[in-house]
Amino acid sequence: MIQISPHAEAALTCTLDERSLYLRRLVLGSVRSAGRGHVGPALSLIEMVRVLYDDVLRIDPKNPRDPNRDRAILSKGHGCLALYALLADRGFFPLSELDGFCGPDSILGGHPEYGMVPGVEASTGALGHGLSIGVGLALAARMRERSYRTFVLLGDGEINEGSVWEAAMGAAKHGLDNLVALIDYNKLQSYGPTDYVLPLEPLADKWRSFGFAVQEVNGHDVGALRTVLKQVPAVAGKPTAMICHTVKGKGLPAAESNADWHHKNKLTDSELDAIRVAVGDF
Amino acid sequence: MRNTAMNMVHKLAARDERVLYIGSDPGAGTLRAMSKEFPKRHLIEGISEAHIIGMSAGLAMEGFVPYVNTIATFLTRRCYEQVAVDLCLHNLPVRLIANGGGLVYAPLGPTHQAIEDIAIMRALPNMTVICPCDADEAARMMEQTLDWKGPIYVRLGKGGDAIVSKAEHGFEIGKAILMRPPGDVVMVTTGIMLQRALAAADVLAAQGIRAGILHMHTVKPLDTEALLQTVRATRLLVTLEEHVPSGGLGSAVAETLIDKLGSNLPAMLRLSLPDRFMHNYGSQDSLLKKHGLSANAIATSIEHALAASRTSTPQLHST
Repeated sequence: MIQISPHAEAALTCTLDERSLYLRRLVLGSVRSAGRGHVGPALSLIEMVRVLYDDVLRIDPKNPRDPNRDRAILSKGHGCLALYALLADRGFFPLSELDGFCGPDSILGGHPEYGMVPGVEASTGALGHGLSIGVGLALAARMRERSYRTFVLLGDGEINEGSVWEAAMGAAKHGLDNLVALIDYNKLQSYGPTDYVLPLEPLADKWRSFGFAVQEVNGHDVGALRTVLKQVPAVAGKPTAMICHTVKGKGLPAAESNADWHHKNKLTDSELDAIRVAVGDF
Repeated sequence: MRNTAMNMVHKLAARDERVLYIGSDPGAGTLRAMSKEFPKRHLIEGISEAHIIGMSAGLAMEGFVPYVNTIATFLTRRCYEQVAVDLCLHNLPVRLIANGGGLVYAPLGPTHQAIEDIAIMRALPNMTVICPCDADEAARMMEQTLDWKGPIYVRLGKGGDAIVSKAEHGFEIGKAILMRPPGDVVMVTTGIMLQRALAAADVLAAQGIRAGILHMHTVKPLDTEALLQTVRATRLLVTLEEHVPSGGLGSAVAETLIDKLGSNLPAMLRLSLPDRFMHNYGSQDSLLKKHGLSANAIATSIEHALAASRTSTPQLHST
């Protein structure tokens, strides 16, 4: 019997502060405008992205290609609405762009593209690519004696991909302690529970056995995320895997842990009403 | 050809600190001298091609020029999505140096025979595809890869292929080399089919048939201008390739001619491997011979095509 992590239980019950609700309003506004979007995967990710961009990454929205900036790759590219909300809020591009999500002339597609979206380091969407790219970025920092760090956000379904584990072995081989893999462990992939589709447990042990220093955290607890993310590397000489226990669709009762909200097309009036009740008017 | 290309990576690395060698699990001692001189830029990353391509993309994003090297099938089939997304979509200067293009690994069977590599690499936007014919040309080619923008796929031959390229031909990516002037027929070749074309031309010459040869070492971007010039000066255009019939050199040439000449097309003969996996072993030479790609068989196919064109197509083209 697999024990449920206390972080997972905490993720289910923890409340969201006003900034987290505001970011959800941005995400859901984009979905309303476009009539489509990956809702559940974005809502589980918001606090992880928020803490990274608000408190951890050394970045300058006015100089998004600064060679010394920290690098962040959203390997689970389908969670891009959370990233777009943060990038817009931080001033990488105007907030008004969010309304054009997936539009014919928008810079914001259903998966993020390098060269199209300021602040996006790599085009993702096909799963299982980001960690390898991150290994390359982190290895380059080592070779060039640069101090930037590389953060890669992975989905739990995404780590079904074998290439992720190839990358994990490579990261450990090189002892890349300037690399952090954050796993959005919401335990629900497109079809259904990760335990049903392709069981991941014992997940922390897996990363540990692949040579990572592992930390587990409630991925919606902004304070806890700040604490652990400001203390990387967790162990000198090892890459860090941060297993962030989250809830898919967090913040919307109808969407929470509901695979039907993985990708949503047009939102109905009653769904919009429920969203307003949950996150405020938008 | 392979040793020459590898040694060129070392030479380029000595000249330019951006150059990296990244192997998966190559033969023992591959680039040993480089590994001693530049240990931090000689990376052996394990049998993990999908990861290696992504990692190379990350390194290229930071200004490195990685030369990734393994067997052609593993560098194409195994990691195709990584090549498409990580390299081509981002248009990064990663060089895929593929050992054993075509039927080099004939004795090892179909898992190791890269017979559709040109097609699948050529299909990707931003990808450049080069097939040098011999070691000397491989050396000249490698010189040109350092500052080329975007990814390159290099299909290497076996090694020990007869040296037929000449220094005076030079080498420019995307510029075909006219090895023999157009005559009754022009053979367009890539890679080590050039040697066979030269031998076939000698067979044809003995029968009074003048055969030109255009060596299309770069299949993408294709040298359209050189192709059109030779087409105008001949009666029959023949493509030769160690590749399945779909998507390779013959397809590239046919597509270009259709786009540029419309309905005014020349008579054309595409000689290639069949559209099937090889279930025979032996050697590269024996398999090429079995599939009509020996010099004599090429010459015979051309003779028949010329005879057929005389009866069926009075004026092949006029420009």
